[in-house]
Amino acid sequence: MSPDFLNVIEVILNGLMAGIMYSLVALGFVLIFKASGIFNYAQGVMALFAALTLVGFQTGQVPFAHLINATFGTDVHHWGSGMNTFLAILCTMAVMILFAWLLERIVLRHMVNQAPIILFMTTIGLAYFMEGFGDLMWGADIKNMDVGLPSGGSFWLEDVTKGWASEGSEYYGMYIDVLDVWAAGIAILLVISLTLFSQYTKTGRALRAVADDHQAAMTVGISLRSIWIIVWSIAGFVALVAGIMWGSKSGVQFSLSLIALKALPVLILGGFTSIPGAIIGGLIIGIGEKLFEYSLGGMIGGATENWFAYVLALAFLMFRPQGLFGEKIIERV
Amino acid sequence: MSESNNNAGRTGETLLETKNITLSFGGVKALTDISFDVKEGEIRAIIGPNGAGKSSMLNVISGFYHPQQGEVWFRGEKRGPMKPYEVARQGVARTFQNIALFKGMSTLDNLMTGRMTKMHTNIFWQAIWKGPAEREELEHRERVEEIIDFLGIQSIRKTPVGRLPYGMQKRVELGRALAADAKLLLLDEPMAGMNQEEKEDMCRFILDMNDEFGTTIALIEHDIGVVMDLSDRVVVLDYGCKLADGVPDVVRNDQAVIDAYLGVSHES
Amino acid sequence: MLYREAGDFKTSYAADQQTFPLKLDRWFVWGVLAFAFLVVPFFINDYWEKSVLLPFLVWSMAALGLNILTGYCGQLSLGTGGFMAVGAYASYKLMVAFPELNMFVVVITSGLITAMVGIGFGLPSLRIKGFYLAVATLAAQFFLVWLFNKVPWFYNYSASGQISAPERTVFGVAVTGAAAPSWATYLFCLVLVVVFAYVARNLTRGRLGRSWMAIRDMDIAAEIIGVSPLKAKLSAFAISSFYIGMSGAMLFAVYLGSAEPTEAFGIDKSFLVLFMVIVGGLGSILGSFLGAAFLILFPVLMKNIMVGGFGWPADLAAHLELVFIGGLIMLFLVVEPHGLAQFWRITKEKLRLWPFPH
Repeated sequence: MSPDFLNVIEVILNGLMAGIMYSLVALGFVLIFKASGIFNYAQGVMALFAALTLVGFQTGQVPFAHLINATFGTDVHHWGSGMNTFLAILCTMAVMILFAWLLERIVLRHMVNQAPIILFMTTIGLAYFMEGFGDLMWGADIKNMDVGLPSGGSFWLEDVTKGWASEGSEYYGMYIDVLDVWAAGIAILLVISLTLFSQYTKTGRALRAVADDHQAAMTVGISLRSIWIIVWSIAGFVALVAGIMWGSKSGVQFSLSLIALKALPVLILGGFTSIPGAIIGGLIIGIGEKLFEYSLGGMIGGATENWFAYVLALAFLMFRPQGLFGEKIIERV
Repeated sequence: MSESNNNAGRTGETLLETKNITLSFGGVKALTDISFDVKEGEIRAIIGPNGAGKSSMLNVISGFYHPQQGEVWFRGEKRGPMKPYEVARQGVARTFQNIALFKGMSTLDNLMTGRMTKMHTNIFWQAIWKGPAEREELEHRERVEEIIDFLGIQSIRKTPVGRLPYGMQKRVELGRALAADAKLLLLDEPMAGMNQEEKEDMCRFILDMNDEFGTTIALIEHDIGVVMDLSDRVVVLDYGCKLADGVPDVVRNDQAVIDAYLGVSHES
Repeated sequence: MLYREAGDFKTSYAADQQTFPLKLDRWFVWGVLAFAFLVVPFFINDYWEKSVLLPFLVWSMAALGLNILTGYCGQLSLGTGGFMAVGAYASYKLMVAFPELNMFVVVITSGLITAMVGIGFGLPSLRIKGFYLAVATLAAQFFLVWLFNKVPWFYNYSASGQISAPERTVFGVAVTGAAAPSWATYLFCLVLVVVFAYVARNLTRGRLGRSWMAIRDMDIAAEIIGVSPLKAKLSAFAISSFYIGMSGAMLFAVYLGSAEPTEAFGIDKSFLVLFMVIVGGLGSILGSFLGAAFLILFPVLMKNIMVGGFGWPADLAAHLELVFIGGLIMLFLVVEPHGLAQFWRITKEKLRLWPFPH
């Protein structure tokens, strides 16, 4: 095999891995959309917030240290050497559940049966709020995340693939981050369990009923409040997983919340209500943008990853407005 | 019954004719081979059980659905494949089964929107407002005020329609359709969900519209009593097929219609 | 008592449908305009110009534009930043190519160019709606910013990749560049904003505005009663982009003086304008101004209190600002989804009745 061909394969593989990351975020979107009809723009910021909180617990930061110091003139920053990873994850999860509960109590409760676009804009507000809140609580500096997942290139893969290249060509093997492989495995596990949950449990059925019609679901005795808390907690969990993966890969920083935007075209391709759709959409976008950048990006100035996903989604929409897996919409009056 | 047919002499030429309309969604046939006509100046009713294809028929006439087979003739001309707004421009106005008013706008604005097809000042004049745009606005306002008087809705002129009660919304919707000064008015269940008094009002409006403005009306209605009293001719649909067509008395005694829809009344 | 309509009778439809039907309202508006045109220019200083008045005027223009598209026509757009960039780069190219051109002409032409681009990106709206459209407008946002970053022609091959506004004049008075006097830049923006707010009001109250609102409230019914969705949506995109383009040109040429696309016209600007429209009131001209005022003045005020008053570090203040703005957006959507404009209307109704409760 020629090195060029192997390079393309490497690009595709890396695209797949990036796609899985997009899928992870998109998954959180789909969950909330399916269960509450809310298009949760804040999903990316939730991932950032979860990651910040996790690192904060791990390293033993004092929450709001900055604010406290500014107000009282003190100089606090750490309360100890921190927790071990497992405990920190549990605590973070507790924070995310608390957050879901507060959100329901303070905001969502008042928004039953509002127009979807109003709910969407509410979550944009929420995204701003959480971003500021997270920074306020833990500081805005870039943090390293280490939860014990292996990372770095796989030498084994490098050695194996080096052997594939034809004799005498200069080829040094493929670079695949082990962390990405882990992420892929975890994403698959997450998808399977979530699908089982929403299809085969009573709560799952209630979730789907709420998604269809808030008021109708209430009349058959489903508690909208507890459902919303459950859903937002699950979304918080997915955000935590996504936050851990992205954080371990590229550090915990603001750009983490921008992946939320990348998840939007993913959802357009895959459809807003389909879990497998979110995964496949993510993979298509991941591979597409890497291949495009590899093949044409250099010619037109590079950094095409900024917009390629959106333009692809746009082009796609023109031909199939209902998404990859959506049903054809019959309009009625 | 004599009242209902008293304008039979006034009905003129065929205004609208549908020929062998067949419409299906995927594999489901909504309409099969439907032909009927609407004559100028008459009140034409379309009745049938739920799911018979009445609303689909109306949607075909107003250009929202495009039938797989068949032709629609309007004012003696065959209609090509048309967008709904082009149909509206030809002079077809309608109301909807589930009220489709513009909820964020006032009653007045809803009615003015009904006159959309008649207003033509360009964007430049509208930006300046003074001059042609204002003149046109006032001209159409006069006509709209006439309709407001006709329907007796002066007091809610500036109220956002979202705040109005159901019966009033129905009335405003009728006004919006009327404001188009259309050749043909399609009413999709104008009396659905109304109480007796509101129904009587609505019947009066429909008859008066027909009398005063000479509007041709095609309507769908479930209240058989109302339909029989109001309309000049009735077409009956069931499962997308035409069962009967004719003046109310004939339709009422048609055996197929009785079996499918009317049933046997308790007295007999 | 003080604010009342009794005795203010209308005898013609023209009088009934004027912009401010109440005499008191009319006086108030004329008063504000007189103050803005005749008093402020004599007392304006650099601080008020740069941190309050100019940003308020520039962003009001953008909010007007987005309100036409989102508030009146119901098409959610997240591409405002990208369209502002189009206006800014168009004005830059025009200023460099035609140094003699009156700045009013430059700004309006930039708006027209942006309108063309807006129509192009509005085409998808004919097939897709709601969130899907929002994502399509994101394509505009990211693609346009990338374009201005990567194609050197747009920034005239300058080494820094930045564009900076040369000194240009209106009737001999400089309104761009570092030497432009405060009163001139202020009046320049004020004239544009007042004129085009009036135009926006006219467009939204007539045939065109009704066709937009009909599409917004119920698009299918609108089409069936005779509104062409093609014309309604594309005209909304065009006019909205026209306003947004002008605001972009004003932002770059008059207010900032120099700009770099990712910084000045990023996605956060799209959200900022969207917030203004939400807070001010969707589908309200007045609301566009109130929203812009709120989101421009509120951070200035907070910064003054927290950094100036409490002596807190600036980054902390910035974080708190995010928290407050996000919280306020949610509060508004929960309490009054129709924004400040509705709040104002309610206050006026109360005032009309005062001192009686009913």
